[in-house]
Amino acid sequence: MGLYRDEGVVLRTIKLGETDRIVTLLAHRSGKVRAVAKGVRKPGSRFGARLEPTSHVAFQCYRGRELDVVTQVETIAAHRPLREHYGCLTHAVSMLEVVDQVAPEREPNPELYQMLVGALRTLAEQPSPIVSTAFFWKVLSLEGFQPLLDACARCADETGPFVAFDLGEGGVLCESCARTTGRRVDPAALAVIGDVVGGRLRHVLADPPPPAVLVEVERMAIRAVEYHCERRLRSAALL
Amino acid sequence: MSLYEAPVQTLIDELGRLPGIGPKSAQRIAYYLLKATPEDARRLAAAITDAKARVTWCRRCFNIAQGELCSYCQDDRRDPSQLCVVEEPRDIVAVERTHEFRGRYHVLQGAISPIEGIGPEQLRVKELVRRVGEEDVTEVILATNPNIEGEATAMYLARLLKPLGVTVTRPASGLPVGGDLEYADEVTLGRAFEGRREVDT
Repeated sequence: MGLYRDEGVVLRTIKLGETDRIVTLLAHRSGKVRAVAKGVRKPGSRFGARLEPTSHVAFQCYRGRELDVVTQVETIAAHRPLREHYGCLTHAVSMLEVVDQVAPEREPNPELYQMLVGALRTLAEQPSPIVSTAFFWKVLSLEGFQPLLDACARCADETGPFVAFDLGEGGVLCESCARTTGRRVDPAALAVIGDVVGGRLRHVLADPPPPAVLVEVERMAIRAVEYHCERRLRSAALL
Repeated sequence: MSLYEAPVQTLIDELGRLPGIGPKSAQRIAYYLLKATPEDARRLAAAITDAKARVTWCRRCFNIAQGELCSYCQDDRRDPSQLCVVEEPRDIVAVERTHEFRGRYHVLQGAISPIEGIGPEQLRVKELVRRVGEEDVTEVILATNPNIEGEATAMYLARLLKPLGVTVTRPASGLPVGGDLEYADEVTLGRAFEGRREVDT
């Protein structure tokens, strides 16, 4: 039948006509779907408020050729803390933008969905810029761009120390390779990246690195995402 | 070869650039205009050029204006201590219809949208801060839309304006008049409960 139910996170909304919106969702079973939500910009709309970016919802849609049509929505998590703090919101939106970039339409990707749901929940509980930065690195790893951190990406030397990072090579560089290419980085920043990619985010959140290191890790993450998506991250300008 | 005569094609192309008008609607309007009397067509053309020539942005609040200042900024009976910040000029019309507000306005001409990469620099934020500093404003009402972009804008402005010593308020969120409680969403209903008031008897 044309109707289906799923759970998903609202990635973005675009105004359509007078009172409608096109909503992009990352759904658990259906992957990224785009659906028309009718009348949601009117104050009396039954589910308009549930379809804001960052909302985690259970929804029912009518399958369309290009766009589906939203028929029912229930909130699973509204993530109010994210909406009510400017800093949190910009970080949350940057995660949504990255997911929108990497996820192809109607291709199920439950791992990415679980990661996004988890990251939004963590950000709502612990408003820290580490969360979105860690999320960027983990998305890249999931998409097949896991950074090489324990050996020089060019000469495969494992002894270190590693002093630079090269996006084209996809990993760290040793002292002699770093003379010709790559960007110099603080070894502390590389250690943080190793921790978040290796699944030790809780550990980093409990014992946060100094702000300068954090800023460096964040900048590297944004550059890496932009490099692999071949597109600028628009929300990064407001982080 | 074009299916239409050149001037007709130009007309259809121009009409098709208007919001919400596709090629088929453009064709329909073009044929209507061609059948209409020359006076009708000229009146429409004159209305467009006249509006475009005479309407500008208000120098003070960035509302639509005829001349330097808009009608709300010129009106001395309005309370200069209250300033209502809105996203678009058409939001002023919505606030005015309530007859609840007698202060002045400031139009941001948009909202902060991280997804679109629109930041405070692209909006009339600098001008707002200057007005709050220079004019006798005691209360700023942040009447941006209650969606993600509007909320982000309100949060940003509140953080910017509070240190200037003004009261910063935001219209209440609540249940739509004429609606059913059972269909209310959690966020709106939650906020409505937070902002509940004692019933006057």
